[in-house]
Amino acid sequence: MALFWQNIANGLTIGSLYALVAIGYTMVYGILRLINFAHGDIFMMAMYFSFFAITVFYIPWYIAILLVLVATVLLGVLIEKAAYAPIRSAPRISLLISSIGVSYLLENLATVVFTGVPRQFPKIGTLQDNIVIGGINIQQLSFVTPVLMLLLVLALMVLVDKTKAGMAMRAVSKDFETAKLMGVNINRTIATTFAVGSLLAAVGAIMWGQKYPQIQPYVGVMPGLKCFIAAVIGGIGNIRGAVVGGLVLGMMEIMIVYIVPTLSGYKDAFAFIALILILLFLPTGLFGEKITDKV
Amino acid sequence: MEKRQIKGFVANLNPKKRRNLLLSSISITALLLFLYFSNEGILMGSYGVRVLNLCAVYAVLTLSMNLINGFTGQFSLGTAGFMAVGAYTTALLILPVEIKEKIFYLEPMVPWLKDVHWAGNLGFLGALLTAGVLTAFIAFLIGFPVLRLKGDYLAIATLGFSEIIRVIFTNMQNLTNGSTGIKSIPPIANMWWTFGVMAFFTIFMVRLMKTSYGRAFKSIRDDEVAAESMGISLFRHKMLSFVLSGFIAGVGGGLMASVVGAITPIFFRFILTYDILLIVVLGGMGSITGSIVGAFLITIAKEWLRWLDGGFSLGFVRIPAIAGMRMVVFSVLLMLVILFYRRGLFGGREFSFDWLINSLSALPKRVFSLFKKGGAAK
Repeated sequence: MALFWQNIANGLTIGSLYALVAIGYTMVYGILRLINFAHGDIFMMAMYFSFFAITVFYIPWYIAILLVLVATVLLGVLIEKAAYAPIRSAPRISLLISSIGVSYLLENLATVVFTGVPRQFPKIGTLQDNIVIGGINIQQLSFVTPVLMLLLVLALMVLVDKTKAGMAMRAVSKDFETAKLMGVNINRTIATTFAVGSLLAAVGAIMWGQKYPQIQPYVGVMPGLKCFIAAVIGGIGNIRGAVVGGLVLGMMEIMIVYIVPTLSGYKDAFAFIALILILLFLPTGLFGEKITDKV
Repeated sequence: MEKRQIKGFVANLNPKKRRNLLLSSISITALLLFLYFSNEGILMGSYGVRVLNLCAVYAVLTLSMNLINGFTGQFSLGTAGFMAVGAYTTALLILPVEIKEKIFYLEPMVPWLKDVHWAGNLGFLGALLTAGVLTAFIAFLIGFPVLRLKGDYLAIATLGFSEIIRVIFTNMQNLTNGSTGIKSIPPIANMWWTFGVMAFFTIFMVRLMKTSYGRAFKSIRDDEVAAESMGISLFRHKMLSFVLSGFIAGVGGGLMASVVGAITPIFFRFILTYDILLIVVLGGMGSITGSIVGAFLITIAKEWLRWLDGGFSLGFVRIPAIAGMRMVVFSVLLMLVILFYRRGLFGGREFSFDWLINSLSALPKRVFSLFKKGGAAK
């Protein structure tokens, strides 16, 4: 039974991490109708930033985290300005290719700048230590991550639902052209979206590093793809959906391996199978709105 | 009798066509001579031959991706997965029995494949065809669910299937030797094989694009709704294009296995798909010529730029040796093409002698007009 609860805690942690990164995908998709393939690589860069700040430059972790968040947000906004803004009016597939190009560039750049040698993610506080509750060993991380995730999502909901910037985001994602006509500053709104998405990805990356402390240039790819899948499960474009999708996917991955241990080698395939099933039977996800093509 | 018929055929052509026929025959003869001398090791060493082989294999793979992405407009990112199926099929069929025993030391190979060895050129042909057919069949199975999707959803679903194939191959220890992969694959694919397959698929694509199927593919790319209202069955044509693309990728993967000699599941990561996508975008989506020229340019440039990885001096600063520098150069190049030159080198157009001669004869005029005052503007 102890093992069962440990797995539940594990699933909750992974699920919360997926949720944090999935929000970035869903927000960008909501506004630009673009799968931001580079999002997973922004996540990877955030891990490297933390490594350099804490392990190489000996900055105390509470300051280092702030610096990492700022650097990641700047990177996210820079990518949008350099690679997506100039071709915003081009066919959508060009935007997709551009995001693949950015992903390819960041991975190759990371290989050159940080070398392909795997690095150890620094420990932050006592997050990796275990605490014992009723005979069950559980990492502190498993308590901190879901709470942190919920707090950030609440803050995000306030931002999106109650502020003017959030209203602009909702307007742009509903109807790009009309929002522009109504005087919404499109450039600033899109930049804000990328900033928020990158910020959450950076938080996710730091917590991910506590769970899986190995960094290499391709570390963001699998989490990136899975988090996109989480966003699709929840219904793309919907922030609450991304949270639920992330939790469902994380829990599913851990529990399937727990119930059928022989499948552990195929763990990375579950998410893709889930994606294909969702796209076939529930294309708009759990909370998505139906979109019809206009001719 | 026959000779006279051919003579009559040539005489009946108009001068332009006769000229093009002559130029084509000259270039084909030159290419064949070039192939012969390179393959015999007279023109270049084994390194050069290997690079040219890779060029031709990449050209085949680019054609495969261009068929579904550039000509049919269905953005599929499954090429690496299809290649993996083709490469493993070919490798397992042409691997000698004693090497199989040596490689599969962690877990013995499945009995029904253990004693199979298709030797020689004929065996290789059979293996490539089997690889193509098997990959096409898998593309057919995958196509049923994914081809109902559009645009970026299709991209992510095909990428997902490609990764699933890789995960399965990593875990099937007794069939694929798991993550250790397969080595000592016989190097049967010489230049005749690689260039022959490339020529075959090039001609195939050129002919295909002139049939009603090819026109249907292009119409689906340009406007799905209009194509459907003209009575084109969207699903059937997408499926046909996807299956053909899978077949070509499978054969390309098989050639790749024999050219590189060793394959592991990691080799077929999605990064490989990105590499091929780079060539498709650079050459021009929907251009056969672009695919071939792009594949040769990029592959040769990648080899030529190896000096970047070895460190170099800029006069005042010395850049230390860093592996992967040239890949950064290529990523930047890809980004520049996407942002400023979206149509690529050929941008959907094709090479022809008429075009070459027209642009060559127009060249002196254009150069001259550059020097004339204000001539360039007009």
